[in-house]
Amino acid sequence: MKITVTVNGQDHERDVEPRLLLVHFLRDDLGLTGTHWGCDTSNCGVCAVWLDDVPVKSCTVLAVMADGKTVRTVEDLERDGELDPVQKGFSECHGLQCGFCTPGMLMTSRWLLDTNPDPSDEEIRVAISGQLCRCTGYENIVRSVRWAAEHPAVQNTSEPDVTV
Amino acid sequence: MTETPQHHGFGSMRRKEDARFIRGRGTFVDDIKLPGMLHGAILHSPHAHARILSVDTGAAEAHPKVKAVITGEVLAAMGLAWMPTLSGDVQAVLATDKVRFQGQEVAFVIAEDHYSARDAIELINVEYDALPVVSDARTAMDEEAPVIRDDLEGRTDNHIFDWEAGDRARTDEVFAGADVVLSQDMLYPRVHPAPLETCGIVADMDKVTGKLTVWATTQAPHAHRTLYALVTGLPEHKIRVISPDIGGGFGNKVGIYPGYVCSIVGSIVTGKPVKWMEDRSENLMTTSFARDYHMSGSIAATRDGKVLGVRVTTLADHGAFNGTAQPTKFPAGFFHVFTGSYDMQAAHCEVTGVYTNKAPGGVAYACSFRITEAVYLVERLIDLLAAELDVDPAELRLKNLLQPEQFPYTCATGWEYDSGDYATTLRLALDMAGYDALRKEQAEKRARGELMGIGISFFTEAVGAGPRKHMDIMGLGMADGAELRVHPTGKAVLRISVQSQGQGHETTFAQIVAEELGIPADDVEVVHGDTDQTPFGLGTYGSRSTPVSGAATAVVTRKVRERARLVAGAMLEADPGDLEWDAGRWFVRGDRTSGVTIQQIAMAAHGDLELPEGVEGHLDATTVYNPPNLTFPYGAYICVVDVDAGTGKVSVQRFIAVDDCGVRINPMIVEGQVHGGLADGIGMALMQVMAFDEQGNHLGASFMDYLLPTSMECPSWELGATVTPSPHHPLGAKGVGESATVGSPAAVVNAVVDALKPYGVRHADMPLTPANVWRTIQGSPFRTDLAIT
Ligand code: FES
Ligand code: FES
Repeated sequence: MKITVTVNGQDHERDVEPRLLLVHFLRDDLGLTGTHWGCDTSNCGVCAVWLDDVPVKSCTVLAVMADGKTVRTVEDLERDGELDPVQKGFSECHGLQCGFCTPGMLMTSRWLLDTNPDPSDEEIRVAISGQLCRCTGYENIVRSVRWAAEHPAVQNTSEPDVTV
Repeated sequence: MTETPQHHGFGSMRRKEDARFIRGRGTFVDDIKLPGMLHGAILHSPHAHARILSVDTGAAEAHPKVKAVITGEVLAAMGLAWMPTLSGDVQAVLATDKVRFQGQEVAFVIAEDHYSARDAIELINVEYDALPVVSDARTAMDEEAPVIRDDLEGRTDNHIFDWEAGDRARTDEVFAGADVVLSQDMLYPRVHPAPLETCGIVADMDKVTGKLTVWATTQAPHAHRTLYALVTGLPEHKIRVISPDIGGGFGNKVGIYPGYVCSIVGSIVTGKPVKWMEDRSENLMTTSFARDYHMSGSIAATRDGKVLGVRVTTLADHGAFNGTAQPTKFPAGFFHVFTGSYDMQAAHCEVTGVYTNKAPGGVAYACSFRITEAVYLVERLIDLLAAELDVDPAELRLKNLLQPEQFPYTCATGWEYDSGDYATTLRLALDMAGYDALRKEQAEKRARGELMGIGISFFTEAVGAGPRKHMDIMGLGMADGAELRVHPTGKAVLRISVQSQGQGHETTFAQIVAEELGIPADDVEVVHGDTDQTPFGLGTYGSRSTPVSGAATAVVTRKVRERARLVAGAMLEADPGDLEWDAGRWFVRGDRTSGVTIQQIAMAAHGDLELPEGVEGHLDATTVYNPPNLTFPYGAYICVVDVDAGTGKVSVQRFIAVDDCGVRINPMIVEGQVHGGLADGIGMALMQVMAFDEQGNHLGASFMDYLLPTSMECPSWELGATVTPSPHHPLGAKGVGESATVGSPAAVVNAVVDALKPYGVRHADMPLTPANVWRTIQGSPFRTDLAIT
């Protein structure tokens, strides 16, 4: 089937099998490997992207369902060399370890802050509750999102520094 | 350039590796795409035990996109149908005679894309003759149990090994003289580490150069290279194992799995690179599980609460092949460190390993070679004793904890604990928790009929395997190498043998060099995870990176510093013996203005300076670190839960964790490791289990059934620290990666049992799911490892 999907602001026209999952379309056809895959059952959320501005699990969407729609992935968070506050927050607050869940967590976090700029810890937990992280125990992810909420327009990440 | 370089060493520092991950620019195995790359998929057995009558691959081979189909017969012709396990057994790569667990690998299809490979799997027709199944380890040694491993010459039962540690006679004596003896059967159920990235490989055999390159999800690239050489007969220098970014390991990525071998064979056969990535069910059903220990433990004590000894008999379910990854001398790992944190007169431990029709593996999931089981056992026994004697469990622990002056302490089963100040750590945790107030709150709630529980666990870990004379894996000594190059401008490259799966090695190890060499951590590039680029070593598991490789890094950096001293002597025209070191510079003792910086020294060593004796022209050094002993981190954990008596649901309200892992190189990273382990502990205690039914069907084969904790089950962790350096580690560090996973399940279970005290509950097996808790309240708990009946 011929589809046209706008991914990160760019139109992509492809001929795909009807059964192709959006996650595989992004990773294999477009080479956007920032979006990951982690389960067979829509439980883990490492595949989260935006479809028409709402987070979805891209393993649970067929590529053909994205025809004529817009998709935003982790690769689009940094704009003009400027990191999104959620990206900075995750680095500031050690919100990632292996980094495998991170792209999905970042996309949900960005959406949360767009819809609720000052979320409580509980609201953050609820927002990411459909996504698993095996490394961080979630605590620092919550702190990272809080950091991003508190630093909506921080310019330039400084070099890593030491605070003993 | 005379200014003193900035001193950048230990401390919480943002991670260097974050830059790529927050941009989605990590390189995980599945992100690797090579020209002409093919895709593999595995056909798995639906039966737990069945004879294979025939395998018909005709239709699969006829699929237009299929390039090859590999069966057990094909591998047998190459001598590769079986591979050695890490425990001296063999494991089928692809089944030839029988399948021995549900999900066992039967055939491997290679196709142009992974959808086609999966389609073709469906076209393979296998005829099976189903056999009786052993899915309950407790029946494995029954007379009528089918013999699972009839492939092994002369095998007439399912027994693997008997092993013991400690002094049986002395323990009997101590128990006979004790006022109080308590016993409890406990199951530490089978669980799975389930990293979010499943296991996988890209194998690329270059027929022209004869070089095999594999990108694999491995925690131990060097050990894998050697094992591939031994298994396949390929010369070791023609094998390069690259472990790129790894999406979590937790022990799951230590072993070599059939899919790896099939992909390598597939690349040799097709002449093309072959990628194979597990799906989630494959990961949960076939790769290294953990625990599955059926323990009958006892504790002996005086009436006034002095613990005298412990003993345990254990039935260890090792699945269909004995693939547990343990140091050779220790078939039950370090389980016999089960005297825990207490001064005891005697202990005796017996373990019997058996085969069952379940997946092989046996040690995985952040357990420090089975110390999880040991800590759980002793911490439950201590709580049982407290309940029996009607004393507060905190008080009972304080009464029996080892005292600082007893270190180094040799426990009843022979481990030499390096250092500790246990009571201080427990007191800090009790203070942080507001323990007395919590007990008051609990009493009030009980009076209102509400169920609240407070659970304590005090654990001692033994990590950093290990001393060469005691520890090897398949004959490979458990040492690690490090190599440090200092470029002319004073920037450095550190090459290490361990491999990060999220632990942040690129930052922590740079900080060690920074601390020891006085250059900023940003000036140190850490190279790891590539056997062509790094020195040999056994890899990252068992919390061994900092204890072993961290030590290697400190030692190699000090070697560089000593070489720099010689060069500085020549530069300053001073006797090297008269020089002093401070924060990145050598200077003549007493004259701080005289010094030369490490950057100046590096430039001089590469320049036209007349080099002193003992310096060949640069500062670079290499080392191999063979640890003199394990390190013994420890901690005090307190868990507070509420239990809903109507539904059996447990909610963790608070979790206080005070860890002492010696000197902390990057406290932020240490705390992150603890957070993750605590979530694991909650998962194992309350949710995660791999149960089986009578036919050996796996009841936890997806994340729908194998439940992992989310942000909603985890409380906001409350962390504390005490610092008692290891006396034998060059940095005083001890390792922390698994502490929380080891220590926390007992705290959660102790809390739930404490909550259920009004019902007279003494014990309940993990996982404490609502159903299990509810049934326990009703007085009819069920076996959590079997299908609920
Ligand atoms: S891959 Fe797990 S939810 Fe999409
Ligand atoms: S950082 Fe590893 S899974 Fe979240």
